[in-house]
Amino acid sequence: MAGTGRSGHSGYSGFPALEGEGSSSSFLDHVSRSHPGLLPFGRELPAGSMPATPHGTTIVALTFRGGVLMAGDRRATMGSMIANRHIEKVFPADKYSVLGIAGTAGIAIDMVRLFQVELEHYEKIEGTLLSLEGKANRLGAMVRANLPMALQGLSVVPLFAGIERGEPAGRLFSYDVTGGRYEEREHHSVGSGSVFARGALKKLWRPELSADEAVAVAVEALIDAADDDSATGGPDLVRQLWPVIYTVTHDGAARVPQETLATVVAGILSRRSAERREA
Amino acid sequence: MSQQFYVSPEQVMKDRADFARKGIARGKSVVVLSYRDGMALVAENPSPTLHKIGEIYDRIAFAAVGKYNEFESLRQAGVRYADVRGYSYDRVDVTARGLASVYAQSLGTVFTAEQKPFEVELAVAEVGESESGDHIFRLNFDGSIADESGFLAMGGQADTVQKALEKLWMPGAELTSALRWAVSALEAPRKAASAVAGAAGATGSSASSTVGAVDIAPLDAARLEVAVLERSASRVRGSHRAFRRLDRGDVESHLASG
Repeated sequence: MAGTGRSGHSGYSGFPALEGEGSSSSFLDHVSRSHPGLLPFGRELPAGSMPATPHGTTIVALTFRGGVLMAGDRRATMGSMIANRHIEKVFPADKYSVLGIAGTAGIAIDMVRLFQVELEHYEKIEGTLLSLEGKANRLGAMVRANLPMALQGLSVVPLFAGIERGEPAGRLFSYDVTGGRYEEREHHSVGSGSVFARGALKKLWRPELSADEAVAVAVEALIDAADDDSATGGPDLVRQLWPVIYTVTHDGAARVPQETLATVVAGILSRRSAERREA
Repeated sequence: MSQQFYVSPEQVMKDRADFARKGIARGKSVVVLSYRDGMALVAENPSPTLHKIGEIYDRIAFAAVGKYNEFESLRQAGVRYADVRGYSYDRVDVTARGLASVYAQSLGTVFTAEQKPFEVELAVAEVGESESGDHIFRLNFDGSIADESGFLAMGGQADTVQKALEKLWMPGAELTSALRWAVSALEAPRKAASAVAGAAGATGSSASSTVGAVDIAPLDAARLEVAVLERSASRVRGSHRAFRRLDRGDVESHLASG
């Protein structure tokens, strides 16, 4: 595509200072062409075994009335070790969407940065926001570009959520390592603790949740995941570490403040302590 | 077969500069100015979609006059430069000075090496923590670069507009007064033109042939493109992007109030 476009152009473009520019609104395309070394993926890995690298674990996302929410625990693991207790795995992608990542943290976090720039770049070049489907497709293209490295064990599995202007509810997209994109309904989770989180979400989620109720549901699902999955970190009362949660509504993506989360966690823990059951 | 005549380099450069200047002089003006809470970019532009003002990066904006296709390609190249730089280093490492010098090189190369020079004039503005930290760079068609302080006018009758701004502009102003100053400065050439046209009608001077094209209708919000770089965007809006377009309603209310 780039080849025919360029050869077609070279006849009349002729701006040496701008050679090869002006053809695409995609930052990914531009960087792949002019600075491929900057990409987090697309590297030929030599044969050999990869040492343990930090992995991000559980992300949950759910819809609520007028929006969508995404939450992630704060743990990165390296084999059976805890690599990081403070890691943040949920990020705002742009004003109306968020993404969370599970998998190899080093590649995933750079992929997030690349995706954020991709959306902002499009917005600046075109003067308008990309559609939600468009954003989801771009993320799928990035996951697919990472496929060769995923085959070496360095996989990245994102979860994407956002709201399209004028639509009543938020939408969720999950991905597989081949870049396959699947729209999810109601709620979804990815990462090592996702099985347990999903079990919890199935029981806790209901239609027309308010934003506050949705935050409590997400926190409880993560607590359940941490309970059964050693790689997922629960709320850390000693260090006062709470999950990272972003809500997306028509007002934009906003991070749920620490104080709110502290109250929500305290509520869930005191209820469970009072019940004295097997959670 | 036709003979190639010798033309001195001085003459070539002068011809090119005259050509570019003529192209730019046909365009409408753009004003960039600092105020207390940020920087305002104001352009006379009847089109709501073909922008003369654009966002480059977090705290950096772009304004241009001249040929749309040429400055649009420069704007896009600037966005690419800034995004690549911010992605490979860090967001704070993208500066207006770096961008302006890349623009200067690009414009300089095109001016000397291409069939025709770009008929554009650019401004690169970067909002600082305080008004004294603001930067405005002016870039000419030949790649020459200047660092302006406080305010800048470019385009058709830049001198008249700049003089009008000089009289009005003061540091520490509110957005409302900054916009008023900008609009009245942009209107200055019209006032001068109507005065000259009146005088020319009496004396029969040939000056009216150039200024006759200027229309006399007052500048209202519908004919203005306005954007601001907000000084406190990261604190107030929680956004790293300081650039914000003001829509027609905003501009009207600013110009109407007070």
